[in-house]
Amino acid sequence: MRSLLRFLRSEPFAVAGAAIYAVIIAAALLAERIAPHSPTEILRANRRIARYMPASADYWLGTTSSGYDIASQLIHGARTALQVGLTAAVAVVAIGTLLGLLAGYLGGWVDKAVTRLADIVLGLPFLPSMLVLAALTRPGTLTVVCTVAALLWPNTARVIRSQVLSLRERAWVEAARVTGCSNARIMFVHILPQVLPLAALYGSVAIGWAILAEAAASFLGFGDPATISWGVMLQDAYANQALSRGAWNWFVPPGAAILAMVLAGFMISRGSEKLLFPKLGDS
Amino acid sequence: MRRLLLERLGHLLLVLWVVASLTFLMFRLMPGDPTLNFLSPTFNEETRAALMASFGLDKPLWQQYVIYLGKLVQGDFGMSFLQNQPVSRLLWDALPNTAVLTVVSLVLAYAIGIVVGAFLAFRRGSVLEGVMIPTALATRAAPEFWLGMLLLAVFAFQFGWFPTGGAVSPGGSMGTLTERLTSADFWWHLCLPALTLTLFLQGLPLLLMRATMLEVLNDEFITMAKMKGLSRWSIVMRHAARNALLPVVTAFALGLGASIGGNVVIETVFAWPGIGRVLVGAVQSSDYPLAQGAFIMIAFVLVVMNTVADMAYALLDPRVSVGRRA
Repeated sequence: MRSLLRFLRSEPFAVAGAAIYAVIIAAALLAERIAPHSPTEILRANRRIARYMPASADYWLGTTSSGYDIASQLIHGARTALQVGLTAAVAVVAIGTLLGLLAGYLGGWVDKAVTRLADIVLGLPFLPSMLVLAALTRPGTLTVVCTVAALLWPNTARVIRSQVLSLRERAWVEAARVTGCSNARIMFVHILPQVLPLAALYGSVAIGWAILAEAAASFLGFGDPATISWGVMLQDAYANQALSRGAWNWFVPPGAAILAMVLAGFMISRGSEKLLFPKLGDS
Repeated sequence: MRRLLLERLGHLLLVLWVVASLTFLMFRLMPGDPTLNFLSPTFNEETRAALMASFGLDKPLWQQYVIYLGKLVQGDFGMSFLQNQPVSRLLWDALPNTAVLTVVSLVLAYAIGIVVGAFLAFRRGSVLEGVMIPTALATRAAPEFWLGMLLLAVFAFQFGWFPTGGAVSPGGSMGTLTERLTSADFWWHLCLPALTLTLFLQGLPLLLMRATMLEVLNDEFITMAKMKGLSRWSIVMRHAARNALLPVVTAFALGLGASIGGNVVIETVFAWPGIGRVLVGAVQSSDYPLAQGAFIMIAFVLVVMNTVADMAYALLDPRVSVGRRA
């Protein structure tokens, strides 16, 4: 208990990040119960569509130009954000770790091929690639997740590869080899667990990039307009003159939510970095 | 050194070729007829065929590919479907605007980031540090276009200090590049987009500078400088900062390439007539030749800047032995 308290005090960033995540996860899980209205219901007041209502007890954050409740959209948006962020992060980490592991351990032509491929992928501009892919296939969250996975794995793969390069020279790997372990067993049973924390670190940052990517894609009109996401909300606000009308209650909250979630990822990764790799110091 | 140069150039050409080919494949192999949006259904089959031929779309794929590569090398991106102009012309009109926006913002961001980062490393553990670091992180965590929207709402719509978008006032003409660069109106329009981009970009150099400074400040030559009785300012700026700059310089080149692509959203928010906005518009209106040209141009800038960053690193840090004869 005392050590937990000491940890909380020594890692305020990580704790704050975890707290933000807890709030977002709670909002996503309990969206139907917390949200005062349905996010897709066009609200009416005095038989007219309730457009541009200011914040009040009925509409916590007011309503949009089409009469949707902003607070309800915001709460339901947490669901999309978590879905996009987590699936993309898992995909990035899975591809990056697998390729990094293969390249680092097997070396030779596998290593060359992976490194070359990573170089080429890093030569593709992120957002423009996503735009073109979304336009040529089908706009929507799936395209966003696939693009994030396809374009962000090289960073993870590079780090994992260099880590594996040093791990595979250790004595215990040698011992495993001598006792007759297959390459696959050494890679996935002996080395993989050693690099997983590092992979998770990159994953927590990838969640943030995925959410930012989804927001940017939605803002540019390549998201799925039927889903309720923070990016779609911002696009809606921008396209419907929320800025010139001074509808702060409309365009500030979704952006702040994105910021909080991405920042939480950064803070958790910085905090856990110290836990996982005490040698790195506090730089 | 020359070997390193040749090796990197070879690699650069390879990546450029792969990117160009990938782009070709992406645009040709996708489902749907690229001419569908362009051709009116009232056209008869003959007119359609003639138009297809004029864009070279009637030839087999491999021939199209060879022609495409040949023209690309000559800087010919074909004709825009919708605007009856060569793509290269439209791109060359937009590129300087993007370049000005990016370079101005990057220089500002790195100037601020380097000074503040060095200062924070110097004042380690202070209250100021506790405030500045989360702030720097937060600007990196915010969606760029949302930062832009906030600045627009405050400075353009609320106070009316800056224009709400575009690069020239209504009624003004774009003029040549030199005319633009010498017109106050152009710079006035540049303020908000550049401020947004600067805010977004300054986090990385700031954190990087601070991290490497902390490392450098522990080095022996700093102890030596302290023993010589040099002032703290002189130690930080003249001795430590110089050595800590290396990763920051590399990041600058990388940032230049990356933000040309990332500018897409900022240019859209501020209706800044740059290459990112050309790409978005072309993609939205299915103007494939224009979209393809804009994409390739952005990708080329990115790849070239990646190579420059690589070389800068090798040139500046004598410890990097890549390419040195063993």
